[in-house]
Amino acid sequence: MKLEFKIIADLLEENTRILDVGCDDGTLMEFLKKNKDIDIRGIEISKKKVQICISKGLTVLEGNAEFDLKQFPENSFDYVVLGQTLQAFVNPEIVIKELLRVGKKAIVTIPNFGHWKVRLNLLTQGTMPVTKTLPNDWYNTPNIHMCTIKDFVKFSKTINFKIYKSLALTNKNVSNINSSNLSLKNLFAELGIFLIEK
Amino acid sequence: MNLKEHIKTLLIEKPLKLDCGQTINNFPLAYETYGELNKSKDNAVLVFHALTGDQFVTGKNPITKKDGWWTYAVGPNKSIDTNKYFVICANVIGGCMGSFGPSHKNPKTNKTYGTDFPVITINDMVNAQINLLDHFGIKKLFSVIGGSMGGMQVLQFVSNFPDKVKTVIPIACTSSHSAQNIAFNELGRQAITADHNWSKGEYSSKDTVPDKGLAVARMAAHITYLSKKGLQEKFGRKLQERDDLKFGFDADFQIESYLRYQGSVFVDRFDANSYLYITRAMDYFDLAKQFKGNLSNAFIKTSAKFFVISFTSDWLYPTQENKDIVIALNAIGANVGFVEIESDKGHDSFLLDVPDFLNALKNFLDQSYKE
Repeated sequence: MKLEFKIIADLLEENTRILDVGCDDGTLMEFLKKNKDIDIRGIEISKKKVQICISKGLTVLEGNAEFDLKQFPENSFDYVVLGQTLQAFVNPEIVIKELLRVGKKAIVTIPNFGHWKVRLNLLTQGTMPVTKTLPNDWYNTPNIHMCTIKDFVKFSKTINFKIYKSLALTNKNVSNINSSNLSLKNLFAELGIFLIEK
Repeated sequence: MNLKEHIKTLLIEKPLKLDCGQTINNFPLAYETYGELNKSKDNAVLVFHALTGDQFVTGKNPITKKDGWWTYAVGPNKSIDTNKYFVICANVIGGCMGSFGPSHKNPKTNKTYGTDFPVITINDMVNAQINLLDHFGIKKLFSVIGGSMGGMQVLQFVSNFPDKVKTVIPIACTSSHSAQNIAFNELGRQAITADHNWSKGEYSSKDTVPDKGLAVARMAAHITYLSKKGLQEKFGRKLQERDDLKFGFDADFQIESYLRYQGSVFVDRFDANSYLYITRAMDYFDLAKQFKGNLSNAFIKTSAKFFVISFTSDWLYPTQENKDIVIALNAIGANVGFVEIESDKGHDSFLLDVPDFLNALKNFLDQSYKE
């Protein structure tokens, strides 16, 4: 999703240190490196994907974000990016807290489980939704903690972090999320993009 | 063995103060090179060998007539591509392939040094090898690379000479020798010194060799280089050229015969006293201790790019010990990548045909060279 990358790039300031958590095959890192003057590295759990990153000349650590973020001192990075992986962690609360300890700011993107197609799918089929962005069945999905945009906003209050900027991605359009349009965005946005702080 | 004609040596005239307090000068450092140094002299790679390695990294070793110890990784179009890079490797001091070591003659006594040779450290080894840079007129190496004890030298090198290298690749190593590592080395040393022929290290004057002891040392060490799974798959309980057990102490099992063979070929190419000295150097290695217990401080002055590699089945220098290096580097915001390679070949994985490892090494080097 190129647009998501562009939005993330726009949120980042130049000359900053960035950590991409769960950097996958390094596509986002490559994009950011090309388009921004930044110092970026990644952490990725899959050996195969780490190899791909190395072949692209990216600096990547093989590791598990749930355990291996510990090694970074406080504020090691200006930004920590977590692209569409929060839902895959056993303990998203610890991960968010770690992101905000290691990074001065964090950018978190979440596939919105509140999207109308997902809701309709569950309502009409009565089975766990399988969509383009969520292609797995319930028993083999890595996404064990799906949430909606509304859930994430609520989560920010529960575990006490600030949402500095929140954006909705709907049909290749980007729009701001605010308290008055939250329910609407929660129904129509495919992706929520949040810039958060402690 | 007529070594001289095959071995290039650099005579180091400058005094080198060793960690043990002694100073040595006018000593030989044997080395070999592969590939060509380019005009800008920015394509040099210094490879460090492990405990029983030598300067003959790849191709035929002219002394042993066997393949070089890192033939899988070093050569034209290989991971460390000698069409691109100028590879230098030196025999460590204390070694027995031409560098200053315990088998050399002591000019004061006109006898072989034996245990009169000063105890050397990993620090001493790299301080001797830095002279190669001046010799070739190299201001900054493109890379320092090594596995096992070679990896320890890599870490010590970048710590001692933070501006002298662009990329740093420690493989299957540790920043501090563990109790288990020391224990295995001590076992080897005890095997050598318990051999009657060792004669307090003066075997060369008696025209004997402690080959039994050295072979046992090698056999014990060799087990630590392999994994349980690897051994089981290769040998299992297979018998050696017999249909049934013989109810004696011959090599009934293939694994016994294999180990005996490994021991016997080793004594032909390695000096027992060198084995004592080099294992001692490994045991004394504790980079964190050199920096008052803070390993990060060993790397604080360098802006080099690190790539740490470990192997899943390496129980001699397990992943966690390699990761400790990564953690120390991340604590100071150093540029470090890390990968653990899946392999059931144990510690020896870095020497063998392990494609994931060889690809990662090649990709890291070639991509970094472009930067």
